[in-house]
Amino acid sequence: MSTVIEARGLSVSIGGRPVLRGIDVAISDGEFVALMGANGSGKSTLVRALTGLRPLITGEVRLFGVPLGRFRDRQRLGFVPQRPSAAGGVPASVWEVVSSGRLTRRPFLRPLRSIDRAAIRNALEIVGLEDRAGDGVATLSGGQQQRVLIARALAGEPELLFLDEPTAGVDLANQVALAEALRQLKDKGATIVLVAHELGPLAPLVDRAIVLRDGRVAYDGPPLGDHAVPETLGGEPHTHHHGHELLQARRQHAPQVTSPLDSRPEEGR
Amino acid sequence: MTELLGILTYPFMIRALIAAVVTGLAAPAVGTYLVQKRLSLMGDGIGHCAVTGVAIGLLTHTSPTWSAVVVAVLAAVAIELIRERGNTNGDLALALLFYGGIAGGVMITGIAGQSAQTLQSYLFGSLLTIAPSDVVVTVALALTVLVACLGLGPQLFAVSQDAEFARVAGIRVRFYNVLIAVLAAVTVTVAMRTVGLLLVSALMVVPVATAQQVTRTFRTTLAAAMGLGLVASVGGLVAAAWLSFAADVAPGPAIVMLALACFVVSWPLGAWRRHRQRLREPFAALEPLGHDVTDAHPHTHGDDCGHPAVPHGDHVDYIHDGHRHAPHGEHYDEH
Repeated sequence: MSTVIEARGLSVSIGGRPVLRGIDVAISDGEFVALMGANGSGKSTLVRALTGLRPLITGEVRLFGVPLGRFRDRQRLGFVPQRPSAAGGVPASVWEVVSSGRLTRRPFLRPLRSIDRAAIRNALEIVGLEDRAGDGVATLSGGQQQRVLIARALAGEPELLFLDEPTAGVDLANQVALAEALRQLKDKGATIVLVAHELGPLAPLVDRAIVLRDGRVAYDGPPLGDHAVPETLGGEPHTHHHGHELLQARRQHAPQVTSPLDSRPEEGR
Repeated sequence: MTELLGILTYPFMIRALIAAVVTGLAAPAVGTYLVQKRLSLMGDGIGHCAVTGVAIGLLTHTSPTWSAVVVAVLAAVAIELIRERGNTNGDLALALLFYGGIAGGVMITGIAGQSAQTLQSYLFGSLLTIAPSDVVVTVALALTVLVACLGLGPQLFAVSQDAEFARVAGIRVRFYNVLIAVLAAVTVTVAMRTVGLLLVSALMVVPVATAQQVTRTFRTTLAAAMGLGLVASVGGLVAAAWLSFAADVAPGPAIVMLALACFVVSWPLGAWRRHRQRLREPFAALEPLGHDVTDAHPHTHGDDCGHPAVPHGDHVDYIHDGHRHAPHGEHYDEH
């Protein structure tokens, strides 16, 4: 079995503060890995570092054996970012959003080929939204929008899929639909890295859990059961997760005109 | 009326009409991407900065159009780079840039010994100042903008919709973000003569706001916005020419007022459509708690009975005086 993700001595700082320190992780072909840990433990940051969204301070990441900086086969990656909604400032149909996930595979400046259309239709079927293709994304429920984001990643037919808290704020019925979609993908042999607080219906799919605590790997091994993180590893038994940690981040009230000289704060918000 | 037809055949009017057509199509095309990125006011910011560009042209006795293009592009790239840093106070930093732009423009115009009147023709548009060479430049730039906006549509859509996703997918996000900014800057200067720098953003954004009242997909929003932009810019120009017999009306305000009028007409339509959509949204597919039969029910529900039929699991519920009536044999159940 080949190694799909290999991170060695990975460290990440945000605004000068170390967030991840000395992470060593190797994930093999076809594994379904759950990244777990309390708020602020660095799960999302690790996914962002592994996908190249967040620069490393030290260490190295290899995807499919290629160092991340030189990794060009981006069509092999899928990414489902943590979003409260799939809608933008302008109406867009489910089909349009999902087809933007096909850009990695379709030729530049050419219309969709029939193979692209088939892949988009297939992605919509996997998440069970084929009959909503023509509807506006904003008219869907939160859980359905989350499924649209997953379909968008699936349209590119990834071999390695990262999902950042796809179940946050999603009702049980939608979590079940989501688990079914991921099971189909897993059966096809894809490697899946999932950030989650609670696994719920996803629990039976997980092969391996990695628990982060305060920016370091606290546990790496077989899954721990549903409400997954023991208190000794930094789990908080009675808190419930509400999805959008960033909203609660401290605000600074000085106009940051000088910020281009600093390293990037939280990107892409 | 014959007077109007007469004025429409003047060479300067024909030039203005050509400029209005291409501007009316190009501005909402860029505007759609700006609105999607939730940067509706970016065009306004670039317009403010372009005022300084015009003033530099007046000061150095070079073409104000070209100096405006240069300054607008620089400003747009600066705005984009500041925004890319993505901190919560980005909008405040942008505001500083906007006011610097317009204050600098007015000040340099004064230093150049030009009157406010000269600047005004750039701020609010002017029919008479469009020279034949301007028309050629305007058409060429506007066509460039249109080709880029439509040809690179899938990439620009993906980047505007979700920049992080696009980055992981290997799309050159910064390149496309800067491209949108540059296209917006070019559009601002293209529209400078017809709508004017202070109102150009309206032609970029208002047709999009109007279109999205009634559209569901990005593609139709883009097309409808371009159509509305065309109607507003040509209609506003003709209206300004017509009114010019009675009063001094600049084309810019006429175009923007017409675009806003379209919005005012479409808004109730959109509000009604959204209301209807909410009403028809399926109920959660939960079993009713018990078998509650409604009171004596003389009315027969059907396709055109006037009561909204809302999907509920495998059947429909009819909404009747705040109740949900589901047909069950000979009677109706309360669901």
